Amino acid sequence: MPILEVENLSVSFKKYTRGFKQTKSTVITSLDVTVEAGEILAVVGASGSGKSLLAHAILGILPSNAITSGVIKYGGEELTPARQSVLSGKELALIPQSVNYLDPLMRVGSQVRTSVKKENAIAAQREVFQRYHLNAGVEKMYPFQLSGGMARRTLLATAMVSGARVIIADEPTPGLDSVVIVEALNHLKESAVNGCAVMLITHDIESALQVADRIAVFYAGTTVEISPVEHFNGNGEQLRHPYSKALWRALPQNDFIPIKGSQPRPSQLPSGCLFAPRCEMATPDCEQERPAMRNLRNGMVRCIHAT
Amino acid sequence: MQLRTQNIAFRYGKEPWLFKNVNFTVDPGEIVGLVGPSGYGKTTFCRILAGYEVPNKGSVTLNGRPIKSKRKGYHPVQLVFQHPEKAINPRWKMGKVLNEGWQPDQQLLDALGIEEEWLTRFPNELSGGELQRFCVARALGPDTRYLIADEMTTMLDAITQAQIWKAVLKIAEQREMGIIVVSHEVNLIQQLCHRVIEIDHLNT
Repeated sequence: MPILEVENLSVSFKKYTRGFKQTKSTVITSLDVTVEAGEILAVVGASGSGKSLLAHAILGILPSNAITSGVIKYGGEELTPARQSVLSGKELALIPQSVNYLDPLMRVGSQVRTSVKKENAIAAQREVFQRYHLNAGVEKMYPFQLSGGMARRTLLATAMVSGARVIIADEPTPGLDSVVIVEALNHLKESAVNGCAVMLITHDIESALQVADRIAVFYAGTTVEISPVEHFNGNGEQLRHPYSKALWRALPQNDFIPIKGSQPRPSQLPSGCLFAPRCEMATPDCEQERPAMRNLRNGMVRCIHAT
Repeated sequence: MQLRTQNIAFRYGKEPWLFKNVNFTVDPGEIVGLVGPSGYGKTTFCRILAGYEVPNKGSVTLNGRPIKSKRKGYHPVQLVFQHPEKAINPRWKMGKVLNEGWQPDQQLLDALGIEEEWLTRFPNELSGGELQRFCVARALGPDTRYLIADEMTTMLDAITQAQIWKAVLKIAEQREMGIIVVSHEVNLIQQLCHRVIEIDHLNT
């Protein structure tokens, strides 16, 4: 049974345009994704496709002008704002994208200790620092004294000591050198093997392939495909959605061939399939309505033509 | 029009030397990759080439003549930064940003996928990928002989990355423009470059 389920999630923001006039712009539309215990689900896709917002929606830390609809379930029960505030940081942990998430006025050692649930917080913090090659002096430092890579390792350490059952890692690797990246990914894998559910949000498909079990592809605020990791190989013949195929082919290690156009803006979403304006396979049917997510070959796809 | 550095050395203030005696050449039409761990001075080296920093020792020459750092007019070596949102005046609309240095023609805008409608927007209304297209377009003036791409597409998804590079490579070929590519992404470097320099070697 999936430990975390997201069904038909939509997120929109209220904005003031002029005076008291409000507009609503929808940034996530009908998004579905599930994560099971013991697996790593990688979430990849264009920047601005709503990957980070999904993470924030799960933890209930969206800005106050956000309106969400749809259901998020944790352990089979709906994750209400009340449950979110109890569970976040304990059973649900976020490795945030920006190193600005550290408290600037608190020594990093103490920050990491606050998330330890076991008896001996100091020992746990020292152990995890050692694992991430942060030497003993670092625990007494303030965030501004750390390099970008050290700050990011501190964020990783915080999530790792929390003993959470769901870890959401939002772009945990940029700015780290390749040795530390491999190590960080291995730690995520280890957590998954020990029964955690891990959601790895990244635009680095290469590293997602190394550790993930399944990959969810996002486009313009929705999931277009969920595929087992093995299907990302060759020329992408086994992939289901035309966007995933295009994304795969555009990688420098593959064909490096781009498709035209850019992701639609939230305010100007097409009425039918969100990818139709850039899709080679598009037919008039695609413009009629948004395709629903359907099961296909051990994965899921949101495209009426996919086979 | 060879771009060349001779024995350049650089350090910030009294800090240890970042590099010494760097000799480096790029020929027109050549694409050179620059790789190495962070903190080894790749970006600083790029800033020297593009005239943003003056080396403590040595010289940067184009076709044998020094590029004066404070000369008037268009600098023949143009640098595109990693974070477009930090390289664009937030108070200017994109049309003004685009046309600051020169007036790119429609063909270039189409090649880079810049849409007419974006020109009337402010930078905070566009995504990083969209902004970076403008930064590339404004750096590709007719007098640009060398383009330096310092992690130019690191923040972008694969499709946008491939779009921008295809357009840049085509122009580089037409104009015999040299390109210096700084990136951590081995696959990208392999895909693009004729020659790769590791920063350890630069540092000797």
